Amino acid sequence: MLVLSMMPFVLLIAAYLACSSARLVANPGDKLLPSPATLAATIHRYALEEDERTGDILLWADTAASLKRLLVALGVSALLGVAFGVAIGVIPYLRATLAPFVAALSLIPPLAVLPILFIVAGLGELAKVLLIIIGVAPVIVRDLTLRTQELPPEQMIKAQTLGASTWQLILRVVLPQTWPRLIDALRLSLGAAWLFLIASEAIASTDGLGYRIFLVRRYLAMDVILPYVAWITLLAFTMDALLRLLRSKAFPWA
Amino acid sequence: MTQITVKRLWKEYGSQVVLENVNLHVGDHEFVTIIGASGCGKTTFLRMLLGVETPSRGEFLIDGEPLPREPGPDRGIVFQRYSLFPHMTVIQNLLLGLELHASPVFARLLGARRRAAVAQAEELLEAVGLGASRGKYPAQLSGGMQQRLSIAQSVICQPKILLLDEPFGALDPGVTADMHELILKLWNLNKMTIVMVTHDVQESFYLGTRLLVFDKVRRDSQAPDRYGATITYDIPLKGHRRQTLPSLTAS
Repeated sequence: MLVLSMMPFVLLIAAYLACSSARLVANPGDKLLPSPATLAATIHRYALEEDERTGDILLWADTAASLKRLLVALGVSALLGVAFGVAIGVIPYLRATLAPFVAALSLIPPLAVLPILFIVAGLGELAKVLLIIIGVAPVIVRDLTLRTQELPPEQMIKAQTLGASTWQLILRVVLPQTWPRLIDALRLSLGAAWLFLIASEAIASTDGLGYRIFLVRRYLAMDVILPYVAWITLLAFTMDALLRLLRSKAFPWA
Repeated sequence: MTQITVKRLWKEYGSQVVLENVNLHVGDHEFVTIIGASGCGKTTFLRMLLGVETPSRGEFLIDGEPLPREPGPDRGIVFQRYSLFPHMTVIQNLLLGLELHASPVFARLLGARRRAAVAQAEELLEAVGLGASRGKYPAQLSGGMQQRLSIAQSVICQPKILLLDEPFGALDPGVTADMHELILKLWNLNKMTIVMVTHDVQESFYLGTRLLVFDKVRRDSQAPDRYGATITYDIPLKGHRRQTLPSLTAS
């Protein structure tokens, strides 16, 4: 199984090496597909050596800046998602009031409001975090609303016959069953969250993984861009795997 | 003492009449079984008693008081499925009723009160034969065990009335016989009134002290929804039950 699942990756790397060496033979100054040696040297420079200008190790500084934005935004989105998703799913008055609004909100293209965010919230951290929240939170709210409504009505009735008030019903019956679904929603939102993070960093930032990629793009520095893309992919993959692990360990019943 | 009184009860959905002119008086500690064809309104009747449907006309009285408009702790329910909370273990499912009752804000018990509640739950767990499954989740239990737990979960709150909506409809015959003994035991121990909807005629005769048959007395083949069902037979079964016991267990 492992051999089979590794096969496409191995093939991709082999194809890259073949194309890279072919191009470099034709033109030693080619920047499009840098050789493994060039890549290794660049990775060493970015991941292990301090930058001459800032004194930071660039890859780690960029990673810390990006992850901070991403995690803060995902955390806020998860909180909003649970609070509004469960409330809208359980309380009919709130559903009538807010469900169409959230539906409309979730259909606004987040990148279209990015200029508004930069104008209103400035070019600092707030605008970038807000962009991710605007892109991710309404989707999580809608997903958790649906999941909450999928709970069998028999469960709600049963809880009421055991004496549950609406608050107790939310606390003991609905919320605990929401957590694994929240993790699913977060996993599915990771791709969108990274997209909005890199988009906002590309436009106005002084650090971050997206900023670096778009900065070195000007010099056709594929030897920086390719490792950064691989690193971002690895980070996203790890986050997804951690969430999946958390779900199976913390919620064995789900 | 629990008396259920139903006076001139009608239930209509638009132009469709489901139940018409139902009158009933159920005394304390009765075991009422309800049978009838599919769609005759027996489950609708139970759901009105539960408080999730409202009568179109007429009234439901419990001990002379109008029935609350919402389900409450005085009326327990066991459905055919989905009565358990999948995220709680067996013991947690059983404790829930006690916790909801004793702790309005957090719905959790701590310290001595929790130990007392756990002891009470464990005693009931042994009585329904689930002592060994204490820490399992409902999905890990068989259908019969799930229904045992669901019944115990309702009984621990000591409801005045226990409503059963085809609770054994999805179980094997052998398991069903065990469940019958369990429900009769709990009924005698807790002195509650039971109203049970079933489609198993044998079961309804065996368990009940009183059998109600719901059927339509008037029919219009041009307008099948014009007339609703009502109680067509009201058969007292007291004492009858013991004689049917051997034949049922023999089969």
